[in-house]
Amino acid sequence: MIRIVDLHKSFGENNVLSGVNLEIKDRETITIIGGSGCGKSVLIKHIVGLLKPASGNIFVDETEITGLNEKSLSEVQRNFGFLFQGAALFDSLTVGDNVAFGLRNLTEMPAEKISQKVKKCLSMIGLEGIEQMKPSELSGGMKKRVALARAIATDPKYIFYDEPTTGIDPIMADVINDLIIYLQKSLDITSIVVTHDMTSAYKISNRIAMLYDGKIIGIGTPDEIKKTENQYVKQFTTGSSVGPIKMKVRER
Amino acid sequence: MKIIGSIGKKFIKASDDIGNAFLMLVKTVYSYISYKQDRKNIINQMIQIGVMSVPVTALTSVFTGMVLALQTAYSTRNIFNEPIYIGSVVGFSMVKELGPVLTAIVVAGRVGAAIAAELGTMKVTEQIDALYTLGTNPIKYLAVPRFISIVVMLPILTVFADIIGIIGGFFVSVYKLGIAATVYKNDILDYMRVEDLFHGLIKSVFFALIIVTVACYKGFNCEGGAEGVGRATTQTVVISMVMILVSDYFLTALLVLFGIG
Repeated sequence: MIRIVDLHKSFGENNVLSGVNLEIKDRETITIIGGSGCGKSVLIKHIVGLLKPASGNIFVDETEITGLNEKSLSEVQRNFGFLFQGAALFDSLTVGDNVAFGLRNLTEMPAEKISQKVKKCLSMIGLEGIEQMKPSELSGGMKKRVALARAIATDPKYIFYDEPTTGIDPIMADVINDLIIYLQKSLDITSIVVTHDMTSAYKISNRIAMLYDGKIIGIGTPDEIKKTENQYVKQFTTGSSVGPIKMKVRER
Repeated sequence: MKIIGSIGKKFIKASDDIGNAFLMLVKTVYSYISYKQDRKNIINQMIQIGVMSVPVTALTSVFTGMVLALQTAYSTRNIFNEPIYIGSVVGFSMVKELGPVLTAIVVAGRVGAAIAAELGTMKVTEQIDALYTLGTNPIKYLAVPRFISIVVMLPILTVFADIIGIIGGFFVSVYKLGIAATVYKNDILDYMRVEDLFHGLIKSVFFALIIVTVACYKGFNCEGGAEGVGRATTQTVVISMVMILVSDYFLTALLVLFGIG
C-alpha cells in the first residue's frame, strides 16, 4: 500500500502540489486525472523518489521514503516499475539490452536466465523476436510496449504509467489499455496511471482520482466519477470548456 | 536597483552552479573509488574520447609546430641575422603550453560538446530518470566512465600532440629553412628537462577535469527540449574553453612556483 500525506512541492513561485493526500491500495489500478501541467507526473515522480517534496510524507508499505538516503531508497525502488511518457528507452542499447537493464543491475540472475526473461516479457507485450533492434527502428506504440516490457522485467510490486496512451493512435492506445489490464491481472500488481485520456481511465481503473490546483479534489470508482456532482470533476471528465475550470485562450 | 538585483541573481546562480558542479565531481570520484567499474563501457569511452580525437589533434598540432618554426625563424633572422633556437622554441612552446592547451581546446570542442549533448538528450527524454528507476545511479553509469576516459586519454593525447608538433617544426626547419636535423634535435635535447614534460601533463589532467565536470554538469542539468540541449552544448564548449585558458595562467604560475618546469 502507498500512502501520501499532505504532500507539498513548488518550483520557484509555482506551487504544483499543495497538500496532496491519497491512499493507493494493493492490487488496484488507480488513475490520476487532471489537466496538462497540473502536477500528475510530478506526483508519481515523488512516489518513486525521483523528486523530493518540500514537505509531507510518502509511505510505501509503511516505509516513509522522503527522508531515506540513496541506498535505502534504491532498495524501495526495486518494488517499482515506471513507464515514462516518451518511453525513455536507452538509445544506445538494443531492445533486448533495454529490457534486460534492470535485471542486470538489480538482480544476480545469470545471463541465460536474463535472456529467457527478456523473451518472456517481450512475448507478454506481443513483440517477440525484436531483441536485436534499436529503439530508433521502432514506432511510437512499439517503443511504449518495449518500455512496458522493461518496467515489468524486474517483477515489480507497483507499476507507474505516465501518460501511457499519449502520442499514439487510438487503436494502439486501446492495445496499451488492454495490456495494462492484462498485466494487472496476470502479474497481480498495483498500477498507478497518470492520464488525461478519459476513455483509457474509465476502461482500466478500479478507482479514479482527480488532481486540481495541487490537491486531490475527487476520488471514486469509474461509475462514481461518471455520476459525480463535483463541478470541477464533471467539467474535466466531460471535456467541457464551460465550468469552474478556466482555461485561457490567449495569454493576454 | 533592478540592475543590482539582476547582477546579484546571476552571481548567486553562478555560485550555485559552481558548488553543484564541484559536488558532482566529488560524487564522481567517490563512485569511482566505491564501485566496481564496467571495463567494457570505459574502453568504449576511451576509444570515443581518445582514439577518435587523434586525427583532429594531429592536424592541429602539426600545423602549430610548423607555424611556430616559421615564425621563430623569421623573428630570429630579423634580430640575429640567422634562424636560431628553433628546436628550443618549438619544443618548449609545444610541451609546456600549446600541446596541453590546444589539445584540451580540441577535446572540449569535440568531446565536451558530445558529452553534454548526449547526457542532455538523455535528461530531456527522461532516460536519466529511467536509470534511477532501474536501480542505476547515473553518476556511476554515465559520469564515471567518461571521467576516467578523459582523465587518462587527455594527457596521452597531449604527449601525442607534443610529438607531432615537434615533428611539424622539424620538417619546416629542415626542408624549408635548411637547418641541419641535428641542430634542431640538439636545440630540444640540450635545453629541455623531464620537468617540462610533467609541467604540460599536470596541466592537461586539470584541463581534463574541467572539461568532464562542465560537460557532465551541463548535460545532467539540461532543461527545455532540443533548445536546452543546444544551449547546454554551447555553454559547455564556451565555459570549458574560457576555464582552460584562465586556469592555464594560474596553473603555470603555481607549477613554476613549485619548480615543476
